[in-house]
Parts: sequence; C-alpha cells; structure tokens
Amino acid sequence: MLTLLAYAVLGIFFIGFGRRLWIYSQAPAPLLIPTTPAPVTRLGVMGRLFREVVFFESLFKGDKLAWIASYLFHGALAVVLIRHIRYFVDPLPALFAHFQIFGILAGLAMVGGLGLLFLRRLVIDRVRYISSPSDYLVLLLLIGIGVTGLAMTFLFRPDIVTIKEVMTNLFSFSSLSLPLFSFGDALFILHLSLVGLLLVIFPFSKLMHMGGIFFSPTRNQVDNPREVRHVNPWDGQK
Amino acid sequence: MADYDVPEIPEDIETPSLEPGTMGHLAPYPSVEKHMKPLGFPAAKVDNWQEEGIEKLGSMLEKYKSLQVFLDICVKCGACADKCHYYLGTKDPNNMPVARADLLRQVYRRYYTAAGKFAPGLVGAKDFDQETLDKWFTYYHQCSQCRRCSVFCPYGIDTAEITMAAREIMDAIGVGHKYTTEIVAKVHEVGNNLGIPKPALKGTLEFLEEDILETTGHDVRLPLDVEGADVLLVPPSADFFSEPHIMSLMGYAKVFHQAGISYTISSVASEAANFGMFIGSFEQKQKIAKRIAEQAQDLKVKRLVVGECGHAWRVAYSFWNTLNGPFDYLDPRYPAPQHICEFTHDLYQQGALTFDKEANDEYTVTMHDSCNVARASRMGPNPGGQFEIPRALIRATCNKYVEMDPETIREKTFCCGGGGGLLTDELMDLRIKGALPRVTALKRVMDQDGVNFLALICAICKAQFTKVLPMYGIPMDTVGGVHQLVSNAIQLGAKKGII
Ligand code: HEM
Ligand code: SF4
Ligand code: SF4
Repeated sequence: MLTLLAYAVLGIFFIGFGRRLWIYSQAPAPLLIPTTPAPVTRLGVMGRLFREVVFFESLFKGDKLAWIASYLFHGALAVVLIRHIRYFVDPLPALFAHFQIFGILAGLAMVGGLGLLFLRRLVIDRVRYISSPSDYLVLLLLIGIGVTGLAMTFLFRPDIVTIKEVMTNLFSFSSLSLPLFSFGDALFILHLSLVGLLLVIFPFSKLMHMGGIFFSPTRNQVDNPREVRHVNPWDGQK
Repeated sequence: MADYDVPEIPEDIETPSLEPGTMGHLAPYPSVEKHMKPLGFPAAKVDNWQEEGIEKLGSMLEKYKSLQVFLDICVKCGACADKCHYYLGTKDPNNMPVARADLLRQVYRRYYTAAGKFAPGLVGAKDFDQETLDKWFTYYHQCSQCRRCSVFCPYGIDTAEITMAAREIMDAIGVGHKYTTEIVAKVHEVGNNLGIPKPALKGTLEFLEEDILETTGHDVRLPLDVEGADVLLVPPSADFFSEPHIMSLMGYAKVFHQAGISYTISSVASEAANFGMFIGSFEQKQKIAKRIAEQAQDLKVKRLVVGECGHAWRVAYSFWNTLNGPFDYLDPRYPAPQHICEFTHDLYQQGALTFDKEANDEYTVTMHDSCNVARASRMGPNPGGQFEIPRALIRATCNKYVEMDPETIREKTFCCGGGGGLLTDELMDLRIKGALPRVTALKRVMDQDGVNFLALICAICKAQFTKVLPMYGIPMDTVGGVHQLVSNAIQLGAKKGII
C-alpha cells in the first residue's frame, strides 16, 4: 500500500514534470524575441542560460535582497540534495562521505534563506500585493521540509541504518514499510510526507520555473534574425 | 494643460508605495465597427465573449511558447515590480508588470490549470467575467510593451508578450482599442499611419528639396517611387510632417546625397511603423510588413534602409525576415534591413562623410535609448551595437555629449511613456506620469551639465516628448533626432565618393 503511494507520488512528479517540459518544448515560437543585447551565437546563448541558472544573473540586476535570499536558499538546496544521495545509494561514493558538515550548514542556510524570502513577501508591499496563498504555502512547505530535516539531525535522530534500508529498498523495487519506533522515526515520516507533497504539487505549480527557465524565448534565442531566417511554423504564407 | 496633474520632478527616481486604483478610471476609447471590420475583427463585443475569449487563449497557448512558459513559471518574486515606468509614475499596483501579467494569468489558471480549476482561491485564479475584462481593457492599455521588466526577471518574462496576447484576445471578441485599430485600418487603406495620400507626400518632399536648396545651396533630392534606385528608404510617416521628425528626414536625404547613393521613398510603403505589433496580431504584422517587401521588389531596389523609429526597427530587424523573407532579391553584401544609423555610421567610417561638429556647438546632447531598439533589436555586428552606433554618430557630429544616469539608459532605458500604441490623447494622464522616470533623469543632466538636446531615434518618442516635456517645464525644442544632428553637421559639397 505504502509502496504504491510512494510510486504514485514519484509517478505524478516525473510524468507531470516531463509532460510540462514536453509542452514547453513543443510550443512554437513564431518570432524571434530575445531580450537584447543578446548573444549572437548558440554558444553565447548557452553561456547566458548558464549564468541565469547558476548565478541568477538577471535577478541580481533586478533585486539584490531577493537575490541574496534566493541564492542562499537555492544554493543550500543544491548542497542538501547532493548530500541526500547518501540515503539512497549503497555503497556511498567516497566523495560524498565528506559532505556531512556542509550538509548541516546548508540545511541551516536553506531554512534561513526561505525565512528571508517569506519575510520579504510579508513585509514589502509590492510583493505582498502579488502573493496568493499558494505563494506563502510553498515557502512554508519547504520550510517544513527543512525544519523536520534539521530536527532529525540535531534533536531526534531516527535510526539511520533502517532509513537507508527503507530507501534503498524503495528504489530497488522491493516493498516499503516504515519503521515507527521513536519520535525521530515519526519526524522522518513527516519529512518524507512533506517531500511527497512537494513532488506532487511540483508539476502543477510555479515550481515549474526549474524547467521553464530553459525554454524562455527571451533568454534562449540567438539574436541573429538578419543572418538566419527564422520561420514561423504556423505561418500560413511561409 | 491645467487639467492634467503633472507630478513634481523628484531629485531621484523613487519607488513609491502602492496606491491601489489610481489609474482604474483611465481606459482608452473602444474601437468601433469602422475600424474593426477591415482588420477582420468582430464589429462589436460578441455575445458569447467569455467562451470565445477563453477558447482564443487556449489556441494562443499552442501558438506562442512565450505565453505558455511565461504564464506558468512566474514565481512572484517581484523583481520586475518596480521596474515599470507606469508603476513608478502612477503608483497603481496593477501597473507592476507581474500584477499586469497576473490579470491574464488568473484567467489562464482558472481554465487551463488543475490548481485553478479545483482551488481557484488558493492560487489566485479568477473567472473571465466583465470585471476582469474591464481590468484587461484598462491595464493592458497602460503597458507600452517596452520590455524593461523582462531585463530584470530571472526568467526573462516579458510582460509585453502578455499584453500583446491580451490585446489579441480582446480583438478576437470584439473589444478593440480605437487608436491602434484605426491606424492599422488606415495603413491598409492609404499606406501609412497618418493617412497621407501620394500627392500630399510628393508635395512635402518637393518642398523639403527647395528648403534644403535654399538653406544650403545644394540640390539634395528626396525622390518618390523611383524604379531602379539602389536603396528603398522606409521612414516612419511622421518624418514627413511632424516636428522635429522632419529634420531627421532631411538628415537622411543629405547623407544619401553626399554618399552618392541613389535611393527612393515609396508612396505605397511610406510607413515603417507597424501597429500590428501593438495589437499583437501576427497576421496584421505580416500584412503590414508585406507592403514593404512588395515595394522593394516592384521598385527593384538592392537594399532596404529603415528610418528613425523604435518599434518599426524591432519589426524590421527582428521580424521582417520571418514575415517577408527571404530577402534573396536584395544585395547580400548588406544587412537586410539596415537601420539608417548603421547606414550613416558605415559611410562615416569609410570616410564618405565629413562632419563639422561646431555646427552643433549650441547643443549639449544626451541620448535616450528607445525601448524597442534597446531591448528588442541590434545594430551592427555586435550585441549592444544599438547603443554604440547612435552614440558614435552623436559624438561624430557634436562636441558636447553627456550620459544620463546609467540605470536609465541602454538596456535599462525607461520608456518615453507613449509607446505600445498609447500615443493617444485620451491617455494623456498616463503618458505624463509614465514619462516621469525619464524626465527625472533628464532634468538631472539638464541642471548639472547644461544638457539642452535630447537625441532620439524613434518617431513615437519624438511625438511623446514634444507634447509631454513642456508640461514638466522643459522646452519643446530640447527634443530632436540623431539625424537632425547629422543634418546640421554634415558638410555638403565636394564628394569623396566611396563606391
Ligand atoms: C534549475 C533549477 C532552479 C533555478 C535556476 C531556480 C531559480 C529561481 C529563481 C531565480 C527564483 C526567483 C527568486 C526568488 O524569489 O527566490 C526562484 C524562486 C523560487 N524557487 Fe527556484 N530555481 C530552481 C529550482 C528550484 C527547486 C528545485 C525548488 C524547490 C523544490 C525551487 C523553489 C523555489 C521557490 C519556492 C521560489 C520562490 C521563492 C519566493 O517565494 O520568493 N526552485 N527560483
Ligand atoms: S513591458 Fe514596459 S510598460 Fe509593459 S509592464 Fe513591462 S515595464 Fe511596464
Ligand atoms: S520578475 Fe519575473 S518571476 Fe519575478 S515576479 Fe516578475 S515576472 Fe514573475
């Protein structure tokens, strides 16, 4: 039963995410609309996207406070995710064994960054105006994931060996059964459920920015309309 | 003038606190049958407009990647919120780009996303009802499609694309905007936005030839409909009749004269402007652009050169090849099309033109980058050429040049306040307030550096500023074209010849 639920969650995430990406990739771009000055070569565009994804270049230009908070959160999230590999992979590659301390710091940074983003949303009148309940809730959900994660590290340690067993089992398609012996175990179940919830809403929410950023025509198009003729696929006259 | 509320010019551009509803009253005049029909739009609001509008949105999601992606992925970070001149000038929260885009996003969510269907309140989804439509009509006509918001958005979300889409949907259900539809109808009928017929055009050009002959002693031609000329020059039609636009037109003519390159203006394609872009319609854009390609072929020219017009240059540079191309009948040695600034700058670099900078010594010049040139096109081979080339021309023709606040020029330039099909009198209140950020930066260099000439390369900027700057107490003749400076400085006479 639980196994089924876990696979359903993963299924919704991967199929939903994949489907959105498919829609983005298939939607035609009738005209060239890069925000200029834009790179004039494909390679240049890859550089532009790289800078957007890795440094949040435009956000840096646009809003320093949002950039700091957001970079803290996303950067930390990336580290945390990498660190999580230890719970899924056995044996653990040597490289990851040393990630422990970074992982804990990153966990704190992640929750800190999220807290800042949440505060910002409450305090700045412009951002408050444009926020829907869902915008706060996603942040709370992520904070919840972060806090339960940290609590397991600092306060109530669940049985790591069992958990690792559970997770590796899950991914080797054997059955999933959750241990519930201690408060730590309960925390773990909560943590896992929140992550499940995140995965389920992912494809249906603004979290799709993670995939969509690569398909944004103002960022991913080459500025070469005079050199190479761009054809609108649905232009009746061609 | 007294009826308008003109803001005080602050020391520096300030981000105001929100004042909801300040601009809720200001919708443009609705279009009427006479202007809607020729464009193939319903004459009046259709009965089942809700269904039709929602359906149109659905079909557009399948046609525009920009729309689909932008509607999905905005994270509401607010980085764009204080970047719009209309928000800065009006304080109306619906003029924050993200809030403006949300007016359409709410409807998208309601009908095209699972979350909006099942939990509209949670994700801010709204029905497409009369109230929403009214807001659309108001606030999608308070966006000049300037793309400033897209520069600062982490995903490049371009609210101009959303505005165009919303206008296209409104047209499809018979809720059009009078000014823009009227102008598009006029282009189809007469050939230009101002509705200038051929005899009047011919008269103006002859008058200008006489004027130049009188003032300079040189027989500079402004030829009309000459078959076999090398170049077809396509200026915005305002260049034929409006001040100060006409001074730039004389500048172009002198450049052609001095370089010894034969050219012609076409009475059929006497308009570079393409308001099809403002109403968002691909078909209208294409239909309007086609006239120019057809004239280029009929007149057997080898090159296409576009005059000083911002959105026209975007359409020409970025879209013509797609709309009209391929340009295989033109001379492949030259970019097709070419901007008049590129054209003049090339000639200058080859040594074909001589400028006397002292002719412009009465001016201390600053340059206002026009949105569509700055953020939606290029000049020359390198990114950013759209900033460097006009500046190089100004520096070549003037001794005194000053930049405005770097946060307000180049790709961060502020719209003049009149772009995107809003250059109409009923929106004057918006135009005045939207100009505030630009006026603030301009006033600073006027006070500090004695700037008295605002150099422009856009017909709409010129028209907007000549009207609005005086309301802020800045003299009208501060406004001029880059080729007006060229016109003043160019040395006519012994030709160096280049070709
Ligand atoms: C390619 C990967 C990603 C990139 C480039 C990226 C980039 C960004 C950027 C630039 C912002 C805007 C700034 C802000 O308001 O924080 C943002 C916001 C956000 N991102 Fe990501 N992101 C990525 C992946 C993710 C993932 C995997 C998650 C969560 C699971 C996530 C959650 C969020 C949230 C919740 C916000 C909104 C923050 C707020 O409320 O202000 N992102 N992202
Ligand atoms: S395109 Fe320009 S006018 Fe429109 S919302 Fe963005 S900044 Fe404002
Ligand atoms: S900057 Fe982009 S992502 Fe952020 S609120 Fe504006 S449109 Fe949305």
